[in-house]
Amino acid sequence: MKYVGTSVNRVDGIKKVTGDLKYVDDLKFPRMLYAAVKRSTRPHAKIIHIDISKAEKLPGVKVITTGKDFPKRVGLYLEDKNFLAVDKVRYMGEAVAAVAAETEEIAHEAVKLIEIEYEDLPIVTNALDAMKEDAPLIHPDLGTYKYASVFAPKPDTNISNHYKVRKGDVEEAFKKADYIFENDFYVPHIQHCPIENHSAIASVDREGSLTVWASCQSPYAVRLALSVAFDIPLNKIRVLSPAVGGGFGSKAGTTLEGIVIPLAMKSKGRPVKLTFSRKDEFINSFVRQGMHSKFKTGVMKNGKIIAIKDQYVWDGGAYTEYGVNITKAAGFAAVGPYDIENIWCDSYCVYTNHPVGGPYRGFGMSEIQFGIERNMNIIANELGIDPIEIRRINAQKVGGRTATNAPIDTCGLLDCLDQVLEDFDPNEKVESLSPNKVRAKGIAFGMKAPSMPNNVASSAIVRLNEDGTAYLLVSAQDIGQGSDTALTQFAAEVLSIPPEKITIKTGDTDHTPYEWQTVASRITYCAGNSVINACEDAKAQLLELASLKLGIYKRDLKLEDGYVVSTIYPDKKVAIADLSLGLTMPDGSGIHGPIIGRGVFIPPNVKDHDHETGLGDKPVAYWTYGCQGVDIEVDTQTGNIKVLNVVSSFDVGKVVNPTLVEGQIEGAIVQGIGSALWEELKFKDGKPLNPSFVDYKIPTANDMPEMIIKFIENEEKTGPFGARGVSEPAMIPSAPAIANALCDALGITINSLPLTPEKVLNAMKEKNNK
Amino acid sequence: MKYKINFILNNENVEHEVEANRTLLKVLREDFDLTGAKEGCGLGECGACTILVDGRPVNACMMLGIEADGKEILTIEGLSNGTKLDELQLSFVNNGALQCGYCTPGMIMSAKGLLKENATPTEDEVKEAISGNLCRCTGYKKIVEAIMEVVENNK
Ligand code: FES
Ligand code: FES
Repeated sequence: MKYVGTSVNRVDGIKKVTGDLKYVDDLKFPRMLYAAVKRSTRPHAKIIHIDISKAEKLPGVKVITTGKDFPKRVGLYLEDKNFLAVDKVRYMGEAVAAVAAETEEIAHEAVKLIEIEYEDLPIVTNALDAMKEDAPLIHPDLGTYKYASVFAPKPDTNISNHYKVRKGDVEEAFKKADYIFENDFYVPHIQHCPIENHSAIASVDREGSLTVWASCQSPYAVRLALSVAFDIPLNKIRVLSPAVGGGFGSKAGTTLEGIVIPLAMKSKGRPVKLTFSRKDEFINSFVRQGMHSKFKTGVMKNGKIIAIKDQYVWDGGAYTEYGVNITKAAGFAAVGPYDIENIWCDSYCVYTNHPVGGPYRGFGMSEIQFGIERNMNIIANELGIDPIEIRRINAQKVGGRTATNAPIDTCGLLDCLDQVLEDFDPNEKVESLSPNKVRAKGIAFGMKAPSMPNNVASSAIVRLNEDGTAYLLVSAQDIGQGSDTALTQFAAEVLSIPPEKITIKTGDTDHTPYEWQTVASRITYCAGNSVINACEDAKAQLLELASLKLGIYKRDLKLEDGYVVSTIYPDKKVAIADLSLGLTMPDGSGIHGPIIGRGVFIPPNVKDHDHETGLGDKPVAYWTYGCQGVDIEVDTQTGNIKVLNVVSSFDVGKVVNPTLVEGQIEGAIVQGIGSALWEELKFKDGKPLNPSFVDYKIPTANDMPEMIIKFIENEEKTGPFGARGVSEPAMIPSAPAIANALCDALGITINSLPLTPEKVLNAMKEKNNK
Repeated sequence: MKYKINFILNNENVEHEVEANRTLLKVLREDFDLTGAKEGCGLGECGACTILVDGRPVNACMMLGIEADGKEILTIEGLSNGTKLDELQLSFVNNGALQCGYCTPGMIMSAKGLLKENATPTEDEVKEAISGNLCRCTGYKKIVEAIMEVVENNK
């Protein structure tokens, strides 16, 4: 292959290094107004009265809206949220009213003048408490909400989804097991922290047509949500996502778009812009859900695990329109990358008075596999088996079964392990140069599937220009992961045109064709397949015309470097440029017209699971597997941890662009280190305590370890050139590998994240007291 | 109340009127449409707004517009000469040292500031110099490599 598999430079590189690329907050329109949001100061309260009279009188204030203006509930999978609170607030910081004014300063001033009278309601901020029978109900009307049929909300409780897996007979297996282990784990809320805060601009013209510029991962999903919320037909809504400054899930679905639109509807044609502050970004964009997990594991003497009964309780926050699907994804991977005969899993999405939980790189997999991978090491240590050996014994392998009892036909998990071990000796003892420091090594697996509805669609259009250059149109969004470049490489490969002659256009629902969402590490796979199909379509048209022109059978023609060439007589050829508008016949007449290729894709044969057992032969398109080894240094006096070396291997199916995919893994490892060592969005009685980069540390260049990034290429048969997604999976093993290294080396137990110095020192103290 | 200031902006003399309380970042982005410097936090915590003031990297969100008076300001837009990119910009593209690109202008300006002061920094000095520039995408490895490549080329 000529282009796929090579490190083509990013097609958006020059625009980004020059500052030329305009992100939403960089856009400015004539007569534009600026919005600010009045936010709830209570975690759970009835709204008794909203007084906007003082704010309205402030000069420069143009529009004020409250939830009453558009009370219709919306949601991706469960319609439980309003863009502005109606009657009730359910978390501290929830949007209650919005102002559009001539300047940002005036808008903020006006917000301060809005007075809200609340009547406090009892709060619940721990998901385990929220499941109890006497817990205050956060959505008393849950039973009346609309939801997608694969979910199971429980009316008159705080449980918005219950996904269960019932495979084999765990109780019987526990009786047979030589040992039973029970362990609990917790991962806290964390924030995505894209460096670009959310931003949206909305404008409504006199025909009632709505245009929205949004820093969003999924223009089409946003368009649909807005259409439902505001009763506007889809052909009257245009959503553009000109550039996205990092998403990691936070910009999936809708967030602030629904706040600016009601303002724009009343602003007499003036566009309205809203940009989140960093504090807003911490609290008001999706947070990663906190999660309590619990495992009861039945093991034989030889290390074979015969049964796992586990429970995942997700702190979904105030609204779980998106979070319910994370609960389901957790069920599909109920026991991680292991083949276990008997499984009983309950995964609950639970409302609390916390910010809204939602997708975060990994979509639940980092959260559950922290527990799964810690559990593995704890069991290995108790049995005196090597943690790598116990993984080998229980790993999913070709011919085995996943948690949903789906047959496994490709699985590079142990290949990844072996590849990591080539550069990583877990048993090699390294002495730290400092007497107070201990070096430690740990390993963890990771696996993930694209978590998406079965039938989500992608599409692509390719248009050839008169000079043989091409336009590629998709609505997959390059949120930094490099999809513009990878998709261009696919088109270049099929059309045999160099990437620099192809211009990719994305993110405009009026002009680029349908894409469900840029999430789930699904774009290379789903959008990639649609691009290949579009280019194959264009290619078929070119061969048809060339066959007529050259008098050669189509089967004896191929595309090569901008020409259609005979495979038999290489000097017989016609330039793609000369066919781009159709074929001119010898008598001067023309046929066909411009070459436009269309391609669509839906992952084949992905089917619903059984509701009672959670089992299904193909509930996901494919699984991506991998492994990480980490080498850390712990300061036993301060409890500080530094990650020194990481070796990672993932089975990506096909490395489409080595530099880009390395970049995904490196970024994921470092994000994983942040989640392991420092990151936790803290709350006290629902009040966020650390919504800033001063109080919530994310990794800096000084925290970067040495990284060795390796790949296995077991082809995914349905993937574009064999590729499968990897951007999310790569983060999953980081935190458990670090925790395993720490705990095994010091002989301590820490079963929650982050691994703070305080926890390390306490655990060491506890051990010494024993 | 507006104050008149004179400064050099991307190699041109400019005269401007500015309110006392507006940050230089807002002035650059809103009055001059130089949106390359980004606002990631507005509080001096992320480095996305980094520009050079008299050759030194500064968080434009922490500086008032009026403080630009008499200074020489360079933003990412002034770094390249037309379509001829600066060596750092080229190296970032060639090394895949960017993903979403939101931190990139600030990151490059911090690196530029470092190289102006010390043309042959060590890798640790590079990391230290960009440690105030948060990047959530790349894991920093390729950024450090891109900067070190420029350092090596100039040796
Ligand atoms: S915007 Fe200036 S440091 Fe973050
Ligand atoms: S490239 Fe996205 S923040 Fe650095």
